Amino acid sequence: MQDRPQIEEGMEKESEVVLFGKWSSGYCTRIELALKLKGIPYEYVEEDLSTKSHSLIHRNPVHKKVPVLLHNGKAIAESLVILEYIDEHWNHAPKLLPDDPYERAKVRFWPNFCDQKFQPCAHNIMITKGEEQEKAIENFWQVLKVFEEEGLERDFRTKSPFLNGDTLGYLDIVVGSIACNFEAFNEAVAEVLNLQQNHAFYSWVTALKDCSLMKEMLGYLTQ
Amino acid sequence: MGEEVKLFRTWSSPFALRIVWALKIKGIEYETVFEDLSNKSPLLLQYNPVHKKVPILVHNGRPIAESLVILEYIDETWKQGPLLPKDPYERAMARFWAKFGDDKVLTSIWSVFIKQGKEQEEALVATMENLKFLEEEMKGKKFFGGERIGYVDLALGCLANLISIFEEIVGLKIVDEEKLPLFYSWMQNFAEAPIIRDNWPPRDKMIVKFQALLDAAIASSSSS
Repeated sequence: MQDRPQIEEGMEKESEVVLFGKWSSGYCTRIELALKLKGIPYEYVEEDLSTKSHSLIHRNPVHKKVPVLLHNGKAIAESLVILEYIDEHWNHAPKLLPDDPYERAKVRFWPNFCDQKFQPCAHNIMITKGEEQEKAIENFWQVLKVFEEEGLERDFRTKSPFLNGDTLGYLDIVVGSIACNFEAFNEAVAEVLNLQQNHAFYSWVTALKDCSLMKEMLGYLTQ
Repeated sequence: MGEEVKLFRTWSSPFALRIVWALKIKGIEYETVFEDLSNKSPLLLQYNPVHKKVPILVHNGRPIAESLVILEYIDETWKQGPLLPKDPYERAMARFWAKFGDDKVLTSIWSVFIKQGKEQEEALVATMENLKFLEEEMKGKKFFGGERIGYVDLALGCLANLISIFEEIVGLKIVDEEKLPLFYSWMQNFAEAPIIRDNWPPRDKMIVKFQALLDAAIASSSSS
């Protein structure tokens, strides 16, 4: 667990940036990565979702979930919405999204794919054993093939080492921690990746794992 | 230099309608390519290999898929008649409500239509909760975008047509004017707005299509 300045309910000041999060939530990690990447100072409030704080329900009455970003007293929910807000409000470098509308469209296409396909794959590989796990891994291979061919090798073939070029961007942040998980699976759980076949994916994940910000946020990977 | 804009769609896809509206609101000339999803064209598979779905916008030979992604592309490429507000916080709110529409509202309304018995009752309760949030958002506004139709109106817009079609087929009131007066007014105002009104798919065809979907759902649930 990282060291973060903790504040009490009611102490939030209007001009501060406050992130309501949960340490184990990948969606919250996305926001912390973006804030740190942009050098935006923020306060962090750890939420115990079994006893949602009065503040959280007030700030996100629709979903009552984390992450919620509070800025200048205004609350924004939904991790992808928050990421775009961060990039638009603090529009200094490094930019999370490219400037060109077509490049932006390519980037915006992939998060739903990640959330609808990669996430369930990761979950299924983790919770199954034996034959069921083999099926889950097969499923993952098909999903990975699509991501490699249409994402890494088509949409982002000119971008290296990250999907955003030489700095981390929106899609590295959104898909990156899940991608690093699969590499961890390879060693700990079952063989899910093949270095030769999944060369593009390996290169990208290696770059992510070498990046100091990712190492800091995904500390368990370096163990 | 000419701009070439093509829209791959089906006659009834509510997601494709969002793009039709956006292109017409901005006065962008485009060509329509109608797809038969039971027999997808090679071009569709080439332009959207990941999901193999419509809508797809092809601008000067470059394809963009996912309807909300396409809306943002259109708004960033053609600056007239802006769909999203300028302020970052207002933009975040618009994106939030559009996502809420897709993830929660459309899902619960679809469940009201396609499910029966207890599941339908639960879906109705969920729908009411969801629509109450939208009702709150409408306070002091004619459209979600304010005085003019904007991104959120286009994202939620298919509801202005689908809800009444579903109500007719299943014989249930989904949006009660007394309980949700602002949302009800929005549905009328949106459906009647000039560009929107002229582009609804034929209602009789829609009734036939959705009745068939419902019949199939009932048949498969009673045979399992």
